Amino acid sequence: MKNLKNIYILPLLALFFMACSNDDDTPVPVIEEEVITTMTATLVPNGGGTTITLQTRDLDGKDGPNAPVLDISGNLAANTTYTGSIEILNETESPAEDITEEIEEKDEEHQFFFQATNSIATFTYSDQDGDGNPIGLSFTLTTGSAGTGTITITLKHEPNKTASGVKDGDITNAEGETDVSASFNVTVQ
Amino acid sequence: MKDYLLILCYCALNITFAQECDYTFSGEIHDFHDGSPIVNATIYIKNIDKYTTTDLSGKFVMENLCSGEINIVVSHVGCKDKILNVNIQKNTYKTINLEHHFEELHVVEIKGNNPNKVTQTAQETLLKAKTIERYSSLSLGDALKEVSGVSSINTGNTIVKPIINGLHSSRIAIITNGVRLQDQEWGIEHAPNVDLGSVGDISVIKGSNALAYGGGAIGGVVVLNPLKIILKDSLYGKSIVNGQSNGRGFSFNSSLAKTYTKGWYINATTSLKDFGDFKTPNYNLTNTGLNSMGFSLGAGYKTLEKGFNVSYNYLNNEIGILRASHIGNIEDLVNGINDSQPNVIKPFNRDINDPRQEVTHQVFMIDLYKRFKKLGRWELQYDYQNNQRFEFDIRVGDDRDKPALDLNLKTHNITSSIKVDAFENIKYNFGVNGTYQTNFANPDTGVRRLIPDYDKFDLGVFAISNMKLGNTTNLDLGLRYDFSRIDAKKFYLTSRWEERNYDALFPDLVIESLSSQVLTNPVFDYHNMSVSAGISHDFNKKHSVIFNYGFSQRPPNPSELFSDGLHHSAARIELGDLQTDKETSNRFSATYKYKSDHVSLVLEGFYNQINNFIYIVPTGTEQTIRGAFPVWNFQQTNARLLGLDLSANYTHNEHWALNNKSSIIKGRDIKAKQALIEMPSFKSVSALKFSNKKWMLLNTELQSELVLRQNEYPDNNFEAFIPTTGEYVLVDISTPPSTYHLLHFQSDITLNLSKKTTLNVSLNVKNIFNTSYREYLNRLRYFADDLGRNVMLQLKLNY
Repeated sequence: MKNLKNIYILPLLALFFMACSNDDDTPVPVIEEEVITTMTATLVPNGGGTTITLQTRDLDGKDGPNAPVLDISGNLAANTTYTGSIEILNETESPAEDITEEIEEKDEEHQFFFQATNSIATFTYSDQDGDGNPIGLSFTLTTGSAGTGTITITLKHEPNKTASGVKDGDITNAEGETDVSASFNVTVQ
Repeated sequence: MKDYLLILCYCALNITFAQECDYTFSGEIHDFHDGSPIVNATIYIKNIDKYTTTDLSGKFVMENLCSGEINIVVSHVGCKDKILNVNIQKNTYKTINLEHHFEELHVVEIKGNNPNKVTQTAQETLLKAKTIERYSSLSLGDALKEVSGVSSINTGNTIVKPIINGLHSSRIAIITNGVRLQDQEWGIEHAPNVDLGSVGDISVIKGSNALAYGGGAIGGVVVLNPLKIILKDSLYGKSIVNGQSNGRGFSFNSSLAKTYTKGWYINATTSLKDFGDFKTPNYNLTNTGLNSMGFSLGAGYKTLEKGFNVSYNYLNNEIGILRASHIGNIEDLVNGINDSQPNVIKPFNRDINDPRQEVTHQVFMIDLYKRFKKLGRWELQYDYQNNQRFEFDIRVGDDRDKPALDLNLKTHNITSSIKVDAFENIKYNFGVNGTYQTNFANPDTGVRRLIPDYDKFDLGVFAISNMKLGNTTNLDLGLRYDFSRIDAKKFYLTSRWEERNYDALFPDLVIESLSSQVLTNPVFDYHNMSVSAGISHDFNKKHSVIFNYGFSQRPPNPSELFSDGLHHSAARIELGDLQTDKETSNRFSATYKYKSDHVSLVLEGFYNQINNFIYIVPTGTEQTIRGAFPVWNFQQTNARLLGLDLSANYTHNEHWALNNKSSIIKGRDIKAKQALIEMPSFKSVSALKFSNKKWMLLNTELQSELVLRQNEYPDNNFEAFIPTTGEYVLVDISTPPSTYHLLHFQSDITLNLSKKTTLNVSLNVKNIFNTSYREYLNRLRYFADDLGRNVMLQLKLNY
C-alpha cells in the first residue's frame, strides 16, 4: 500500500506535538472573594452599663486549619435589654473590607439567626429589608435571670425568608448557605 | 451463419485445450507465523472446479493442468481463506503462507485457548456483547457487576465506579479501544467516561497480571474492545432503543460499519441518554437526572500483514447530584443521617440543576501494525485524551453560575510493542510506552484548587512470555518497570502548610510566599516494578486449575498527594499528604474450574497483601467561621484482602437452567488491627432461567439478589457540636445499612424481520417488589434510599 507509508508519518507528528505542548506557566493564586473573617456583635445595655462585644475571627478563611478565635469581652447583666448591632469584616485584605455594607445593599439575600440555650436571652429583630423581612444587623437582646449558656449567631446567605418560622428567627427551614456560624459561651449575672 | 460461428468457437476452444494440459502445479502451505507446515488444507482451483488437500508435510500436487491463469482458494479450519491467481506456463511450485491462527485483527493480546481472552493464567472473565447490550441505558459499572467479585462504589445511581476484589479508582486500569482511560479516575465521584454503545466485548482481569496495559493497576484491568470488524464487503449495524419507567427517560444507541474484503473499513457509533429525576419506592430523588451524548468514528485498513486504525470518541455527560446531598456544614450532615427522608423532595423534573457535574471526554487514537514473517507483529500507537470536568455546586451571589471545580486533563501517550509468535510453544510480547499528562485547574472558579496544576511523565517497559507446555499447561511470566514523575505547582494556605508540618519537612518546595498562601513546586519521582507469573493446567476435559502471583506497585495519584480544601458539595475538608509513598501489592490467586455437560463451576480465591495501602478516612472535624466540617485524611497502612468468588451454572435441559454468582471479601487494616473501610459485603445473585428456541428464541430469567449487611467496618464516628441545639451529638458516618434482598425479571424474544435483519424485544424489571434499601457503598446512603422499581423495555435491531 503506497498510501499506507504516509500513515507512518502521523505518529512522528504526534511525537512532535508532544514535545511542544509542555507549557510551564506559573499558576495564579485563587484569592477567594467575599471571604468573611470576622464578625463582631456589639451589645449596648439600655439605660447604661458596660457594652459587651462578642467576636469570632478566623483569619485563614473557611477551609484553613486554624479554628476561629472567639472573644467575649465580659459577662452580660441579668434582666437587661441590650441594643445589638453586627459588623462583618474581611481582614485578609488591608485595610479590612467592610462586608456589612454589602449585606445592607443586598439585604433581601441575608438574615442573621440568634439562638440561646438555657433561656439566658431572647432576641428580636429591629431592622427590615425591602420586603419587610428581618435582616438582623440590628437587634435587641433581652437577658433573663442569672446563669450560663451559649449564644449562637448564624448568618445565612440566600435563606428562604418566606419559609415557615424564618421571619420570626427560626433557622429550621431557612435553607440557604451558612456564611457565619459562631457559638459564644456566656455568663449572665 | 450462426452455426458456422459456433463451430469456429468450438475449434478455437479445442485448440486452447489442446495447447498443453500436462503441467503440474505443486507446492506447500505454511503457517505465516512460524513457518510450520499446515496439514489438510484445501486447495481449490475455482475456474476448473478441482480440489486437493495438503499432506502431513503440508505439500500438495495438482496434475494435468493446462497453461493459463488459474484461480486458487486455499482454506483451512480456523484460517482466513486466501485467494490467489497463478499463471501456469510450465510445472509450477509455490509456497503459500496461510494465517493459521484466526486473529481478531484489532485485539492486543497474546493468543491462547480462547482467542478473545487477554490472558491465559489470570482470573479473567469475558462479558459478551449480548450481556453488555442489556446495560445500554445504564453504565459500565453496572455492566461489570455481572462478573462475580466485581461490585461498585456509587454516588447516587448514575455515578458508578467498578470495584474489583475490593479495589477501585486509580487501582483499576480501564482500557478502551487500546487506550488507557485517563479521566481523573482518582475521584470516587468521577465515573469512568465510557460509552457502552461503542463497546463490543469486555474482559475483566482481576489483579495486576495484564502488564501490557500499564503498571499500577493492582486491582485489575478492564479491557473494552470495540465492536468487531468483519472483513468482507458488507454494510451492517445495530440500533438499540431503551425506555424506562424510573427516571422516565430513554436511551438510544446505534452503530454502523462499512467493510471491504480488501481490508478497508469505516464505522460510526452514536448514543444518547436522557433521564429525569429517579425515584425510590417512596419519594423522588430530586435532581438526579442524566443527559449523555456520545459518538465515535473509526476507519482503517486491516490485513494480516499490515494495517492501521484511526478513531475518535466523544462523550459528554451531564449528571445531576441529589439535591439533598448538598450540605452546608456538619449540622446538615447530622440531619441528613438522622432523617429518614432527604430534606429536599420536589415533584418529578427533567431539568438538571446544581449540584451537578458536566464532563466531556475525548479520545483520539491512531495505531498501525506490521507483521514480519517468522517474527511477529509490531505495533505503534499514539493516543490523545482530553478530559474536561466541571462541578457545579449550589453557590450564591455573583458566583451562582460559576463552577466550583474546573479541571482540564490532557494526556498524550505513545506505545510500541512487538509480539513474537513465530515459535510454536512460546510467545513473547515486548513493549515500551511513554505518557505525558498535564492538568490545568482553572482559577476562575474563585474556589481554591482542590487539585493543583501538574505535569506528569511516565515511561514504562515490559516483557511478557507465554509458554505452552504440551497441550494442557500454560505458563505466563511478565515483567514491567515504570518510571513516573509528577511536577506540580500548588498553593497552600500558610496556616495549612504549617499545620501539616511541611515547613519543616519540605522547606525547599516553596518558590513564592504570598500574604496568606505559599506557592510550592513539589516534584516527586517514583520507580515501580511489576511482576506477573501464572500457570494453568487442564487435568482433563472437566477439571482445570490456575495459579497466579502478581507483584505490583502504584505511585500515589494527585488527589492522594495534593488534595487540600473544602469539597463543597460533600461539605468535607479533604487532605492529601505529600509524604505519601507508593503502594506495593503481593497478590496470590488460585482458580478451580469444573465443566461437565450439565454443570460448570468457577471458583476464584485470592489473597492480596498491600503495603502502604492508601485510603481516605474521616479523622475528626475542623472549626471554621462557617461552622464545623468533617476532615477526611489520606493515610497509609498495611492492608490484607482475602476473598472468594464463585460462579456456578447448572443446565437441567435445553429449557431450564440455574445459575449463581457469589462473592465474599474480607479487608483488614493490619496496623490498626481493624476492618478496612468501604469493603463490599457478601453478595449472592441467583437466577432461574427458561429459554425456548421455538418460541421466537425466548429467554426469561428470574433473578434474586441478596446483599448482606457489612458487619466488618471501622468505627470512625465522632462527636460534633450542633449550635442550633447547643448539644454535642454523635455523627454516625460508619454504621452500614441493613441486609437487602431484591428480585429482578428479564425476558427477551427475537424476530427475524428479513434475511439480514433481526429485532430483539426485551422486558426488564428491576426491583420487582419496590423494596426500599440502602447500599453501604453508595456515598449518598446518608441522605436517601436506593432506586425503586424500574421497568425497562428495549428494542434492538440488528441489520
